[in-house]
Amino acid sequence: MPTVSVARELLHTMLGRVYTQEEFDELCFVIGIELDDVTTEKAIIRKEKHLQENEADEDEEVIYKIEVPANRYDLLCPEGICRQLRIFLRVEKMPTYRLSRLPDSSILKMIVKPETAVIRPFVVCAILRGITFDQARYASFIDLQDRLHQNICRKRTLVAIGTHDLDTLQGPFTYEALPPSEIKFIPLKQAQEFTAKELMEFYKSDLKLKKFLHIIEDSPVFPVIYDSNRTVLSLPPIINGAHSAISLNTKNVLIECTATDLTKAKIVLNTMVAMFSGYCDEKFEVEPVDVVDPVGRVTRYPDLSLRTMDVDLSYIKKSVGVPLQAGEIVDLLSKMQLTSKEIDGDKIQVSIPPTRSDILHPCDVMEDVAVAYGFNNIPKTRPKTSTEGRQQPLNEFSDLLRLELAMAGFSEVLNWVLVSKKENFTLLNRKDDDKIAAIVSNPRSSDFEVGIKSPLFHCFVNSLAFQVLRTSLLPGILKVMEHSKDVPRPVKVFEISDVVLLDPSKDVGAANSRHLAALYCSTTSGFEIIHGLLDRIMNVLNVPVDGYTVGPSNEPELFKGRQAKIFYKGSCVGSFGIIHPQVLKNFDIPDPCSYIEMEIERFL
Amino acid sequence: MRDADGAERALLAFLESNAEISNSEAFARDLGVDHELLAGTIKSLHGFGFIEAKDVRRESWELTEEGLVYSRNGSPEVQVFDAVPAGGISREDLQRKLDDSVFSIGFRKAMSNKWLETKPLVSRKVLKVEDVVKQQLLDIKDGKNLSAADIDALKKRKLIVPKVWKAYSITKGANYAPTRTKAATEVTREMLLKETWSEVAFKPYNFQALGQPTEGGHLHPLLKVRTKFRQIFLEMGFEEMPTNNFVESSFWNFDALFQPQQHPARDSHDTFFLKSPCKTQTFPEDYLERVKTIHEQGGFGSIGYMYDWKREEAEKNVLRTHTTAVSSRMLYKLAQDGFVPKRYFSIDRVFRNEAVDRTHLAEFHQIEGLICDKGLTLGDLIGVLNDFFSRLGMKKLRFKPAYNPYTEPSMEIFSYHEQLNKWVEVGNSGMFRPEMLLPMGLPDDVSVIAWGLSLERPTMILYGIDNIRDLFGHKVDLKLIKSNPICRLGM
Repeated sequence: MPTVSVARELLHTMLGRVYTQEEFDELCFVIGIELDDVTTEKAIIRKEKHLQENEADEDEEVIYKIEVPANRYDLLCPEGICRQLRIFLRVEKMPTYRLSRLPDSSILKMIVKPETAVIRPFVVCAILRGITFDQARYASFIDLQDRLHQNICRKRTLVAIGTHDLDTLQGPFTYEALPPSEIKFIPLKQAQEFTAKELMEFYKSDLKLKKFLHIIEDSPVFPVIYDSNRTVLSLPPIINGAHSAISLNTKNVLIECTATDLTKAKIVLNTMVAMFSGYCDEKFEVEPVDVVDPVGRVTRYPDLSLRTMDVDLSYIKKSVGVPLQAGEIVDLLSKMQLTSKEIDGDKIQVSIPPTRSDILHPCDVMEDVAVAYGFNNIPKTRPKTSTEGRQQPLNEFSDLLRLELAMAGFSEVLNWVLVSKKENFTLLNRKDDDKIAAIVSNPRSSDFEVGIKSPLFHCFVNSLAFQVLRTSLLPGILKVMEHSKDVPRPVKVFEISDVVLLDPSKDVGAANSRHLAALYCSTTSGFEIIHGLLDRIMNVLNVPVDGYTVGPSNEPELFKGRQAKIFYKGSCVGSFGIIHPQVLKNFDIPDPCSYIEMEIERFL
Repeated sequence: MRDADGAERALLAFLESNAEISNSEAFARDLGVDHELLAGTIKSLHGFGFIEAKDVRRESWELTEEGLVYSRNGSPEVQVFDAVPAGGISREDLQRKLDDSVFSIGFRKAMSNKWLETKPLVSRKVLKVEDVVKQQLLDIKDGKNLSAADIDALKKRKLIVPKVWKAYSITKGANYAPTRTKAATEVTREMLLKETWSEVAFKPYNFQALGQPTEGGHLHPLLKVRTKFRQIFLEMGFEEMPTNNFVESSFWNFDALFQPQQHPARDSHDTFFLKSPCKTQTFPEDYLERVKTIHEQGGFGSIGYMYDWKREEAEKNVLRTHTTAVSSRMLYKLAQDGFVPKRYFSIDRVFRNEAVDRTHLAEFHQIEGLICDKGLTLGDLIGVLNDFFSRLGMKKLRFKPAYNPYTEPSMEIFSYHEQLNKWVEVGNSGMFRPEMLLPMGLPDDVSVIAWGLSLERPTMILYGIDNIRDLFGHKVDLKLIKSNPICRLGM
């Protein structure tokens, strides 16, 4: 969930009253945002620099970190949070966002060239006229762009925002896609000119910007926006030009959002203008821009019109479980920035402002009624659904076997399904034939790897741990033994869990298989103890002594001549024997071990 | 030398005619037994009440290594004195006649005692000297007392060190008898057969000591808690879902749940994707088409997400990130088989490609419950959550609005923690979105209320474990598995 930082004093000013931390915490809880942390500017800096936490100065400005829901982009800035809270508390009315009335001829144009289609096809724009920034507003304006970039814009891949001092530019504007060597301009925060090609090289060492280079890097053409004097506004989604940079004194701001996803670009633009048009001379008024697409179609942005949605009152009442009147519902919705009116046929018509892009379905309206009513005011009821409890037979069966194993003196371990390739194959003397194990394509490295302390395997320290899904329970159990050197012998452990095997007969191409495994470790190998356990397992499975046979086997993880396969109804269900001394060495286990592993699903 | 039995007999016999043994050490010496051996006998007799033994602590002196040598060979100053012939001797010759240490200590001492002079030959200044130091050392060896000044001098020369002697003073005890018969520790078959059990004296038990550890195996604590959760669901009439399929397609894991394809949870930083088997190609095609439509254009009253939905994204295999992937398969099946009301639950592993730390692993167990019926309300969800959590001992709940792509409304569940004196989050819940349920073909008045939580978190709190790796995985301490209480959640 995204987090927004707000200075406490500013928050109180914007809310129009002072709250104690408890009061504010409670208010957040009710509306579904969360006061995540209370800190100070200096504390954040100290943390960043890893300095000792000193006593905070009395005069340090307190900052609230507030977590907001991931689908409420309008709450990504203090302005939006406070507007929602004030409306919820009924101290402010829902604003009406509107476009300024201009003759068509005075509306600035953004002309889209066809080449942009191959790299970043969409652009939407708007102008904030007569805006008044101060330190806090300006910082918030920049922060909101950052947070939108992080969240809905998916790190600028879907949408990138550029903001410009309109007074430094001359419309109409063009949105083009050109070879990188042909684009030349002074980028933001730099003094000299770069070509786009040079810039890509230059930003490879820029901690913040290098993350975005991949979005256009491999394209033969880069997106770029020019004004009518061929001044570069921006090289989206990387950087703006220095020429049109905004400052505290900027009065007229041009906002452009380039995108690969038009819906999201519109949401981002609407969020920007809805939040900051409140600081314009004409409050909540936005100047539109006409975007002319390559075939000459003109679309006017931003689209601040209200969406309407008809919602059944009975649906709301039945879903929330409270017999609310139409008037009450209309009133509750107004606290959530939704205007509505009763219409014919037991329905209300809800007007959805451009800030509430999260409303997709009447269920979203129903939720807002429930939130405004207060989840904790809804009376508890019991579902009348009459059903019977039932277990999965395989799980019930496994649980019964687990008890038998424990009663036989073995203690239960529980290991991860994800192991390294090496643990699943090489360290067990097995070869990976690519035919049995499911493999992760984006494994993560970990410090949990086996063999870190063993000098033999020091070369594996940096290898990946979560690479394959285990095909047997053995690697996990051997790792337990590696970490149990100090446990008094004999050690008896077992695990009944799933392994995963490739299985072309399944839609996904792999299937779980439930296995039983047990290991005995002592100063002597104890083959007969594991053999006795097999007999006991067969006994509790009601398989008579002549119902199963054991015969010689040649499993690479087991010691030659000291191992056997288990046959039941003509097929092999597992094997048991002494772990191969080389395998013991690979896992740094000093004592001999005997082991049994078998499939159990066919005994169900 | 007597053995322990002999010592015991002698001690008891002595007390028969004497009121007290004032010093066990002296007694041992007279008896000719080692005091350590006698002490064992004394403790045993005391334990059974034959005698009453009181500690006597005494400080005495013991010769150091150096002191011991001087007590045999004489003090170095006397050795030096004796080595000087009547006619005198050069210092070098004198040094050659003696040990280095004897010379250096002894010469200095003899000079300061004014026994010798150098002019320049070393010669005697007095006719005869007495080896007082040697005599003092021998006296200490014999346990004789010396004056404080003498002791001080020897201590300074590091020839003696203090030694604490622990001995006992002994009188008759409550159970005194001139001889004792050995007390029995076990009731034996022989005693029962010969009926001697009534005559035998039994050794009293030491109730301070622990008993012998039990044999047998042990169940894993995390799975003990799983058993409890399973029982709660079963008692509440829930049917278990088959969750033994860790590999899942993005379609069932995300798309079917109306989770848009650009959603951050579908990022490789959050989800494990598979290289092999890399994709799923068999889907119920008509259903897949309805899912595509609801994402792209909406329907069933929804405006949808309005983006280009790609089949390739849905085909990508993942390690399931939640058991709700199974719920989506079950609900789809329910819609195909003909709707009947259901209560479903599952507890099984899920996988997240997130950073691992003290409380997070790449895999953990998710507990999930859901009810599918016509006419379910938010009040029903709140009611069933109160029932469920009160069975875990959490009687005070409250709910916070939250966001989740496939539930609306979504509620975070908070429980009041009496010990911590604050509200803590214990799970998530909500009503499945119509955009998820209706494309499956469920009747449009059917609602699904659902909730989920992790198994690890409540277990860690229950057993006071602060690092998840101590609980789940191969770094578990086998002692923890052997020694943990039964799971009495809610009892």
